[in-house]
Amino acid sequence: MSRIVGIDLGTTNSLVAHVEGGIPRVIPDAEGRALLPSIVAWTPHGVVVGEAARRQLARNAARTVYSVKRLMGRGYEDVKDDLSRLPFEVTPHAEVVTIRIGDREVTPPEVSAHVLRALKRRAEAHFGEAVEQAVITVPAYFNDAQRQATKDAGRIAGLEVLRIVNEPTAASLAYGLQKMAEGIIAVYDLGGGTFDISILRVKDGVFEVLATNGNTHLGGDDFDQALVDWIAADIRARHGVDLRSDAEAMQEIRLGAEAAKCRLSFDERTVLSIPFERFTYHRDITRAEVEGLVEPLVATTLGPCRRALADAGLDAKAVDQVVLVGGATRTPLVRRRVEELFGRAPHSRLNPDEVVALGAAVQAQILAGGITDMLLLDVTPLSLGIETLGGIVSVLIPRNTTIPTLAKEYFTTSVDGQTTIDMHVLQGERELAKDNRSLARFDLAGVDPMPAGMPKIEVTFLIDANGILQVQAREQRTGKAASIEVRPTYGLSEDQVEQMVEDSFTHAEADVEARLLIETRTEADTVINHVERALRQAGRLASDDERASIETALAALRAARPGTDRDEIRERTIALNQATAPLADRMMEAAIKDAVTSKRADRLLEDR
Amino acid sequence: MTDYFTVFGLPRKLTVDADALQRRFYELSREHHPDFHQGTDAARQAEALARSALVNRAYRALRDPLPRVEYLIALEEGREVREGASEKPKAPRELLQEMLEVQEALEEARAAGMTGEGADRVREERARLEARYAAEAEAIAGRAAEWDRLVDGGGDRKPLLEWFKQRLATRAYLRTVIDDLSDALGEREEDHVPHRRH
Repeated sequence: MSRIVGIDLGTTNSLVAHVEGGIPRVIPDAEGRALLPSIVAWTPHGVVVGEAARRQLARNAARTVYSVKRLMGRGYEDVKDDLSRLPFEVTPHAEVVTIRIGDREVTPPEVSAHVLRALKRRAEAHFGEAVEQAVITVPAYFNDAQRQATKDAGRIAGLEVLRIVNEPTAASLAYGLQKMAEGIIAVYDLGGGTFDISILRVKDGVFEVLATNGNTHLGGDDFDQALVDWIAADIRARHGVDLRSDAEAMQEIRLGAEAAKCRLSFDERTVLSIPFERFTYHRDITRAEVEGLVEPLVATTLGPCRRALADAGLDAKAVDQVVLVGGATRTPLVRRRVEELFGRAPHSRLNPDEVVALGAAVQAQILAGGITDMLLLDVTPLSLGIETLGGIVSVLIPRNTTIPTLAKEYFTTSVDGQTTIDMHVLQGERELAKDNRSLARFDLAGVDPMPAGMPKIEVTFLIDANGILQVQAREQRTGKAASIEVRPTYGLSEDQVEQMVEDSFTHAEADVEARLLIETRTEADTVINHVERALRQAGRLASDDERASIETALAALRAARPGTDRDEIRERTIALNQATAPLADRMMEAAIKDAVTSKRADRLLEDR
Repeated sequence: MTDYFTVFGLPRKLTVDADALQRRFYELSREHHPDFHQGTDAARQAEALARSALVNRAYRALRDPLPRVEYLIALEEGREVREGASEKPKAPRELLQEMLEVQEALEEARAAGMTGEGADRVREERARLEARYAAEAEAIAGRAAEWDRLVDGGGDRKPLLEWFKQRLATRAYLRTVIDDLSDALGEREEDHVPHRRH
């Protein structure tokens, strides 16, 4: 089996990890960074992702997409309140929202696919081979459509998504692998845009989720937004300028607010300084002021915690450990409120930004057969039901049921000769169908014409280990499978995804091998350039012998470079680096001496 | 279809060693969970999925005493069972008098705009019903051993089965009344139908 990586596809940041020598590790990019900002920008030079896209936020606001996770698997009605804050243009459609980038429309799974592709490449560069399978995490409280959208994103990015894992559960696996979890564990996961609470029993390597709850529309982004609104109002009051319709200025405020929020996790006060074209906004802000702004948001996470405990049939006192996951849990106020609720101090011994990705890597390793003593038993977060007469929901699978699970239901006809039966499947906890989340409508076709009430169709609703629904139907009398047409209420059809997968292949550069070869050549070019420059500038520092061996290595690499043997190019790059190392050391020494001398000169100037 | 007692190799009795059941659940999960059948062919994976779903459902039905009784009744009667069914139960006759009083309290409170003394009386009624609801559970659990003795001794189980059914019906009815009172008081969380784990 090929390598399976674990991916945390976050609202604000994403990561890729794998297990190496029994230890899960995050795979960094070439510059050593673990986090990839989940930002995608469409520039004249093509699509850029991550840090490069972040730099486009203020400059190119309408073509730079962030926080797209909030739109995954959502309908226009769900997200229209968010849209006024997002600088990019979102167009309503019946099934999915799309984002308008110039003259084209992209769907949220396509945007996420760009992020996933960047992570895939990062992993491929690390391993030097193709990566085609992944475990991707989602918020535990994600519904069926949101999970499906995440899976679609993986497919569009050229990844086979072997498992969708819940983020808090993944975190518990990372802790569990290091034997840091045993007993009743509460995982409080407040990320960039989503909140989850999961209660687990960890015993003898079994991670049994007892209950989960959450809010897929609450996170650190909302903390930032509260601060952004406050700053915008303050600017209006003090400078008499309303910046709310200026997308670029609002992005500057957002970046300033985010940075200030992070500083206030460690300091009691900080200075907000945001430069605009005509003036610079400048003021002191204290932690207490920001806490006043985010207090109502933090309070809304406590209800789900209580409900999860109630569903687990446990008292807060029964919890042995409270684990904090997600960057937003660095906020001291969050820690205080969590401690008050559970009556014990929470901890985040593993890096709260990385722990979910590490857990995804552990799950990947379990699927690959590399870990056999750990077993994860997760639950479905929302009750699954069908609409019955009068618009009432009849629950088939209650929330917090261990998955995989299934329920069977029998359907019949109400009119003589009726040959189709339709059913409406929903997710949620409310009694009326209209108050719940519509998942899909299913049309059972090909029912033999019979008097009303005679056909008996057995429909099996199966929730798999990913928390995704599968439906099968069978005519009881004949035992033959009935055909079902699924019309998802939100999300892409199979054909649409297929088309996107195809498009992504057409647009993508050739295969992995070709790309890795290009990267190896680029690296060789960099080294060749450095060496040539070193010889020009500091050739005098090299002995004749040394110079000769460098020239030989350089010629060898130049000869290998146009070839297609990646290993040969790499070896000769390394050889050239080694041949040049003593010279580089001497250049470094000389540079330090120069620096020290010039520093003295500086000081002399200052003293005078 | 395999019955849930058989899944765990248990007789159809109501006294179950919870720790042993959990251990067996974990063992069966390790055997069948799809995570451990990832590399196999599609048919094997589908089988693991189905087995694992059965084990999970069986554990859920037998884990707690009351769902266990509910499942047993359905099994004895050869009915298809479904968890979380939401049909409104009918009022048992014995509760009629009490329900009339509750109804009266509720109407008076409504007339007074659900505030002050009227609302307090509704809260009192609700507290009384909640105590009764809890007492029903204990009463049912209290006769579990009696059932097991009948299974061992081969006596007539019908009367006790009927009694269990009535108690469960009463309990289900109490639940809906308690919820309705909470609704009337505006004290029920909108997005949260009360938890069905007993």
